[in-house]
Amino acid sequence: MTTTETPEEAGGGTAAADSGIAAADSGTAANEGGIAATGGGTAEKGAAVLEISGLTLDLPAEDGTKRILHGVDLTLRPGRIHGLAGESGSGKTMTGFAVLGLLPPGARTTGRIAFEGTDLLTLPPRQLGALRGRAVSMMFQDPSTSLHPMLTIGRQLTDHLRHHLKLDRKAARARAAELLGQVRIPNPLEALGRYPHQFSGGMRQRIAIAIALACEPKVLIADEPTTALDVTVQAGVLRLLRGLCDDLGLAVLLVTHDLGVMSAIADEVSVMRHGRVVETGPRGRVLTEPHHEYTRTLLDALPGRSTV
Amino acid sequence: MSPRSAASEATGGRLRPPARGPRAGLLRRHPLARFLLRRTLTAALLALGVTLVTFVLTNLVPGDPAAANLGQRAIGDPAIVAQFRHQHGLDKPLPVQYATYLGNLFHGDLGESQQSHQPVLTDLGTAVPATLELAGAAIVVSLVVGVAFGVVAALRRDRFTDQLLRVVSLLGVSVPTFWLALLAFYLFFYKFGIAPGSGRIAPEFAPPPDVTGLYTVDAALAGQWPVFWSAVGHLMLPALVLTAYTVGLLTRFTRSAVLEVLGQDYVRAARAKGLPGRTVLFHYVLRAALVPVITVAGLAFGALLSGTVLVESIFAWPGLGAYAYRSATTLDLPAVMGVGLVVGIVYLTVNLAVDVLYGLIDPRVRVQ
Repeated sequence: MTTTETPEEAGGGTAAADSGIAAADSGTAANEGGIAATGGGTAEKGAAVLEISGLTLDLPAEDGTKRILHGVDLTLRPGRIHGLAGESGSGKTMTGFAVLGLLPPGARTTGRIAFEGTDLLTLPPRQLGALRGRAVSMMFQDPSTSLHPMLTIGRQLTDHLRHHLKLDRKAARARAAELLGQVRIPNPLEALGRYPHQFSGGMRQRIAIAIALACEPKVLIADEPTTALDVTVQAGVLRLLRGLCDDLGLAVLLVTHDLGVMSAIADEVSVMRHGRVVETGPRGRVLTEPHHEYTRTLLDALPGRSTV
Repeated sequence: MSPRSAASEATGGRLRPPARGPRAGLLRRHPLARFLLRRTLTAALLALGVTLVTFVLTNLVPGDPAAANLGQRAIGDPAIVAQFRHQHGLDKPLPVQYATYLGNLFHGDLGESQQSHQPVLTDLGTAVPATLELAGAAIVVSLVVGVAFGVVAALRRDRFTDQLLRVVSLLGVSVPTFWLALLAFYLFFYKFGIAPGSGRIAPEFAPPPDVTGLYTVDAALAGQWPVFWSAVGHLMLPALVLTAYTVGLLTRFTRSAVLEVLGQDYVRAARAKGLPGRTVLFHYVLRAALVPVITVAGLAFGALLSGTVLVESIFAWPGLGAYAYRSATTLDLPAVMGVGLVVGIVYLTVNLAVDVLYGLIDPRVRVQ
């Protein structure tokens, strides 16, 4: 087992790591191309695009460290939505952060997160940065806080397009408008010049989806993507996610505490509790004949239990 | 010409007046322009309020301008006192005096200083640029250094650099400025002889031709480089002394603002997009963190501009602070009112600038 210290994002690392990045960038970009080229076999159901095995996580606490994850195993496949359920504090969100190397400073991990064979946990920060937002991307719970309130939608959609894909301003804007059309934002070209507060919550989350999918990633970590939305808007966003997942062959890790959401669109379901995955299986099986007692408790807590 | 446009011309364009069209369109389409217009109008109203407050406050002062300005013997003669009061309009009721004051103000007449026997406007015309030069230099240096210190401290949170900067900024805000001014003057002028003496330029030079009133700028414009370097040299020490406090202040504010922004979801989201740390820091973090910093910097700049009496006195800098001190101690009421007005306008202008910067940085401000 390998032990890695996560790069300290909030620390001086951000400023310092940067000085040398320009020179090395072209190299990683070339590497990227190689990875992208192998993506032809998305149709094969069995091929795992992201495989988490034996992931443990320790975070610094008042007295020493606290173990957050106790050996998590998860497998994501192209075109499939893998639901990750569990109550708050069970470690679902931290599992998502670990994939992108967005853990808080001082976090220590062991185990393996293999993205198409590359272990993301041991990847140097620079190469991880090149994958992040490009091959593996993430969307967050509350679009009113995860979109920068002072930058235009266009800016937030094109920054990483230009960085990762080396598009020029014009090409990036065209691609951004196309993406907004895909997530069904009316008047995409005009929307590029507007700010997040000028959109409704559901529209903002669609924009967040467009941002996450801009560079055509293979894996999307969706952290409670509908929790902050009105119930009436949730269904639309979920349908959109499902459609994009099917059309693009995207592997989605859908982190949610809402089993209703899970039952609506997930293909596979894993249930987490206290930093462990207690049950994994196809949605139908897990939600109708749960093996683990905790899953049963969760299901019983659901108001519309009989309809599942 | 189409019948429709002819019709609209015939009605004098009542539906959509062509003359007003572009401007109204600009205001409607550009929230920023509307925001600016509203803020400027508010500032003008407030300026009127400032004149009222300075007028009332000055007249509440328990001193008697007649007594302060007439000689010891003249004050004993009621006829002379009455004549003085009549001549200066002091025998009229206060509202009438205020109306006269306002009327004169609109003609640019702030009255005559009883000390310098010059129009107050002329006195302010030399004092304000002197202070502006000093305060401007101090705030620019403070912003650059303070923001840089604050960002570094936040990024190195709780590490050695952060602790060091904490001590530096604490010293900056707690050391009395006049003491620092005396110490700096003693050390760098008297002891080491590095800094030039007091005043704005060396005595062998004549002031550069007056364009902006800022000696450094005017000298550079006139191509008088020896004068320029002399002005820069004289500016350096007092400006650096003033910088100590504002750097400390801005370091602390920037540090906490950056730390707060670093914890925001949108910063995590920016990192999740794989953007380089530099882009995240400058475009996503700093933009949001600068909003509170601008407020503090604006207030600090206002304080610097409204006259740093002690520093100006110690360095014999002929600015607003020195002028205010002299006018107040001699009960030179027109001058005092002039200074009050300038200070009020300075704060209004700085606040307006801060509001405009807010509007530029944060689009949500514009819609309110």
